[in-house]
Amino acid sequence: MSTSQASPRETTEGTVYTVTGGDWDEVVQSAAKADDERIIVNMGPQHPSTHGVLRLILEIDGETVTEARCGIGYLHTGIEKNLEYRTWTQGTTFVTRMDYLTSFFNETAYCLAVEKLLGVEDQITERAKIIRVLLMELNRMSSHLVCIATGGMELGATTIMIYGFRDREMILDIYELITGLRMNHAYIRPGGLAQDLPPGAVDQIREFVKKMKKNLPEYDKLATGNPIFKARMQDVGYLDLAGCMALGATGPILRSTGLPHDLRKSQPYCDYETYDFDIPTADTCDSYGRFLIRLEEMRQSLRIVEQCLDRLQPGPVMVADKKIAWPAQLALGPDGLGNSLDHIKQIMGTSMEALIHHFKLVTEGFRVPPGQAYAAVESPKGELGVHAVSDGGTRPYRVHFRDPSFTNLQAMAAMCEGGQVADVIVAVASIDPVMGGVDR
Amino acid sequence: MSDANGTNGADPEQDPGASNLPGQRGEGEEIRVQRGMFGANNGGDTSGYGGLVRSVRLPGATNRPYGGWFDEVADELEGALEEQGLLPDNAIEKTIVDRGELTFHIEREHLLRVARTLRDDPALRFELCTGVSAVHYLHDKGRELHAVYHLRSITHNRLIRLEVSAPDSDPHIPSLVPVYPTNDWHERETYDFFGIVFDGHPALTRIMMPDDWQGHPQRKDYPLGGIAVEYKGAQIPAPDQRRSYS
Repeated sequence: MSTSQASPRETTEGTVYTVTGGDWDEVVQSAAKADDERIIVNMGPQHPSTHGVLRLILEIDGETVTEARCGIGYLHTGIEKNLEYRTWTQGTTFVTRMDYLTSFFNETAYCLAVEKLLGVEDQITERAKIIRVLLMELNRMSSHLVCIATGGMELGATTIMIYGFRDREMILDIYELITGLRMNHAYIRPGGLAQDLPPGAVDQIREFVKKMKKNLPEYDKLATGNPIFKARMQDVGYLDLAGCMALGATGPILRSTGLPHDLRKSQPYCDYETYDFDIPTADTCDSYGRFLIRLEEMRQSLRIVEQCLDRLQPGPVMVADKKIAWPAQLALGPDGLGNSLDHIKQIMGTSMEALIHHFKLVTEGFRVPPGQAYAAVESPKGELGVHAVSDGGTRPYRVHFRDPSFTNLQAMAAMCEGGQVADVIVAVASIDPVMGGVDR
Repeated sequence: MSDANGTNGADPEQDPGASNLPGQRGEGEEIRVQRGMFGANNGGDTSGYGGLVRSVRLPGATNRPYGGWFDEVADELEGALEEQGLLPDNAIEKTIVDRGELTFHIEREHLLRVARTLRDDPALRFELCTGVSAVHYLHDKGRELHAVYHLRSITHNRLIRLEVSAPDSDPHIPSLVPVYPTNDWHERETYDFFGIVFDGHPALTRIMMPDDWQGHPQRKDYPLGGIAVEYKGAQIPAPDQRRSYS
């Protein structure tokens, strides 16, 4: 390799080293000397079709992938470690950022685990549970839309990308109305919700359902019967039931093998057993089957959303236990969103005890009895599990997220090896990994 | 600290586990004794809270009946192990039922056998492993590192937890990859973050942190890091330097 790879140079900021790469001529020459066409290709971590910072290391022989490995960790942000230094309530602000396309699932799974540790599952109000389901199902749609949109774009189908993001935008507008943010909401809190639905939210969701019912068939028209789309997707990214079980793959990948395993049905949480919906499956074990499942799941999610809207009754959205419930409701003031004026008046003007209570709960947080709990929800990508451990303090002792993207991504090698390079993109897109969730 | 050695009642310095102390929280297994409050270990204690002694206890072993299908699973597992000539008492250290969840503490040398039995026995059939999580109980001497597995049976619609412990001085636990290949990345992650060495793993390398990283970041003796920041004129300490109440 070249001799002077890092030449020093003096600047006003100190010594700067200019690092140049290896000698490419040598690399090319040695590659030319090799008698086969076997080369190793690094796809990513900055490749646009690798869903963020996923690095694929492919050994290819001509156009055939002989070995495929993933390099992950580029988006590791130490969320699990950070959680151990914040209160249980502050945790939602972190976990919502893990798989940033399924924020509400992260928040709900985390809160279910905390509530299990607290032993307050039975006290969660009806309205809070319905709104959680409502938001999760909207989130399922927005996540699937991104999957279908980016998956289409990676095949060169840009129209489906435009359609997908157009529809997702409507959902993000609903999030913004309800939580104030398009992503990273921290809206679902241990014990309930940060606050109630704002006025106009139900109307906007009803309007969205109406529009979405009109828009969903467009995906069928565009893609489902499209011969090019089918040719690219069918029999690509094959993983059968035995493979799924061994590799722990869940979600649409597992359901594309024909097994209708969905935690919403098998281990219901948030009263899912009372909703009327179907679990779509396919028996093709391939990317096309997963696409069809996602499309059908969006229709089912619309059904659930409608049922949620019909069920909503006025009521509290936080547990009644004042030792857990956040003391203040948010309200819009002249300087933006903050604690409601009534609450400020009460704690600052009339009740010293209320002020102490507010201060203690906000700065110190509530204590969670020691022990461990595992809560799992069916996220759009599969089983999202939370293992939470408390040592009796006001902070989590340990929280581990079993993110479905992380587990499912392991199946990449099994899906891609022996196939074409171009099919790697399709297979990875059908796994729908989000690196925020993979790396946490 | 002056009142900590007071004469009335039990002496927390001598006997932190005494049940008539205010810091005592019920039954269970002590993993740590917490002294003081607010995370302040040096400097004058003017609040009196510095003398607080509290034992941290995790739920302890449960006696039969465990309730529901828990007994069935425990019976089947014990029976299946006995058939293989392994005394259940040797493999299963203890069984805990807490918050509607069943946990088996398994001796690490028998983990692989137990997992294979749980997967293959038709009456058990825990075919899906959701990976491994770990917990570092820094003060639980001799069993600092715990690996926690959640096994799901789709056939019987059940979920159980396996827990295996290893001391910091010998952080070895057999790998479950031969039984559950899904644990490949999970065990790499746990090794990366906790330093638990999974014997028999096909390629136990770091997965999240860079290959040349020093230390295992999610261990309790590994600092969070971070720097103090100034906000509206005040110095806000780094997150792990702030007051804590745990």
